Amino acid sequence: MTPLLLTAPLLLFMLVFYTLPVLAMLLRSVSEPHWTLANYAALSVDTVFQNVFLTTLRTAVIVTFGCLVLGYPVALYLLRPGRTALNALIVVLLPFWTSILVRSYAWMVLLGRRGLLNEALIAAGVIAHPLRILNTSIAVYIAMIHILLPYMILPIANALRQIDPSLRRAALGLGATPAGAFRQVTLPLSMPGVAAGVLLVFVLSLGFYITPALLGGPRDMTVAMLIANQVDQLNWPYAACLSAALLATTLAIMALFQKLFGVGTAFRSIER
Amino acid sequence: MSPGDRLLRLFVPIILVVMIAPILVVILLSFSQASYLTFPPPALGLRWYRAYLGSRDWLSATRISIEVAVSTVVLSTILGTAATLGLGRLPKWARTLAIGLILSPLVMPVIVVAIGLYYAFARYGLVGTPAGLVLAHTCLAVPFVVTSVGTSLAGFDRRLEMAALSLGATPWGTFRQVTLPLIRPGILVGALFAFITSFDELIVSLFLSGANAVTLPRRMWEDLRYDIDPTIAAVSTLTIVVTVLPLLWARVGRRKAS
Repeated sequence: MTPLLLTAPLLLFMLVFYTLPVLAMLLRSVSEPHWTLANYAALSVDTVFQNVFLTTLRTAVIVTFGCLVLGYPVALYLLRPGRTALNALIVVLLPFWTSILVRSYAWMVLLGRRGLLNEALIAAGVIAHPLRILNTSIAVYIAMIHILLPYMILPIANALRQIDPSLRRAALGLGATPAGAFRQVTLPLSMPGVAAGVLLVFVLSLGFYITPALLGGPRDMTVAMLIANQVDQLNWPYAACLSAALLATTLAIMALFQKLFGVGTAFRSIER
Repeated sequence: MSPGDRLLRLFVPIILVVMIAPILVVILLSFSQASYLTFPPPALGLRWYRAYLGSRDWLSATRISIEVAVSTVVLSTILGTAATLGLGRLPKWARTLAIGLILSPLVMPVIVVAIGLYYAFARYGLVGTPAGLVLAHTCLAVPFVVTSVGTSLAGFDRRLEMAALSLGATPWGTFRQVTLPLIRPGILVGALFAFITSFDELIVSLFLSGANAVTLPRRMWEDLRYDIDPTIAAVSTLTIVVTVLPLLWARVGRRKAS
């Protein structure tokens, strides 16, 4: 009886202040103006929604790819012995602990028309006129990759740390080149970490709102932005449909990864 | 040294510099004396910190953020710690279900939670009140408390509790004198994450803070959308100090302990 008494208050709290409100909101997608699936039917032919949905998916794919390419080498670097790796870990964690809003603001400062990057490029004589980066997709990609990189680096570093170092030594001793040992031993054994990182970054970027709103242009509207926009216009059934679509996409991707890699438990290891 | 190793040593430092640079730039800018954003700052000074301290809006937003974050810490730490203690003793199916529910805010798009709560709370007059924000932030913060307490509980020998009980301690006495001291580091780290989760939270606050419970991130957001005043650099630096220093301290503490 006691375990239930200890856990029940939190479960009840979350049911009342989290699960039920979200479900009630989602229900409005089928209950208004009367019980109907017409709102979803309308969504499937809605070009605004399709464009926004595709933009969101494209952004998530690009950001995930960027994080993987930049994050894997950093994760390898974190395993080097000594102080350099420790300092590198602090450099990874400092931005991780800084709020998304502050980091987005920082990129507004850096990428603006008269921002640091443009001033530096002009001073160096690379360009004559400032580049337009802020309020374009490029700015969104750069800032989102920066914000989500730690979510890629930390699970990969975790997986790499669990690989027995003697396996690599054995491969080298048996005549493998360093590149071959990496490709045939380290890389395959680090795949659980890669899968967890890819899943985390992809799922988190699907819901992004603050960064694209501040750094993107009118064509960088994400599903989350469209939802907020529709709630402001009190178009609840449409906002509820969009929320259901976003949630369904997120759950489908998590289920897919669970089936392919069994990384459901990876979420338990996101310790900040 | 292999060619791959050399590549690593060449490129990773560049990536690391780019990761840290934006934060350093904001901190440096906050000490600028210029009246607009320009880099490098022509002169250094505390002008924007004075502007922050002289603004009633910014200070009231700071006060609300701290009140909401502290209340969130209290509520989420108590609920989360109690729940974690019970979780390990639940039957497996119930545990899996409960953990799924408790951790789901980690991957749930926050916008969906935000508008769901906005819709529900509007009917009970909770929009525009700190209480509404505390209830919402607690749901978002609880996963960090449960994972953190859960981690410290995983290395905990349950036989110690049984020994205390068999030696005549009451269940509450056992908790206070045996369990609590051993899981205290996990609770403290969880409380820290809960504080930061609430203190930095923007999306839920955009919908729930209304006109009367404007938090610091919400105030920053409005400034960023309509005019960029370097006061934001000063506020950002202050929030970085408030969130990063305790985490750094906790991390170093944990390293020393292990």
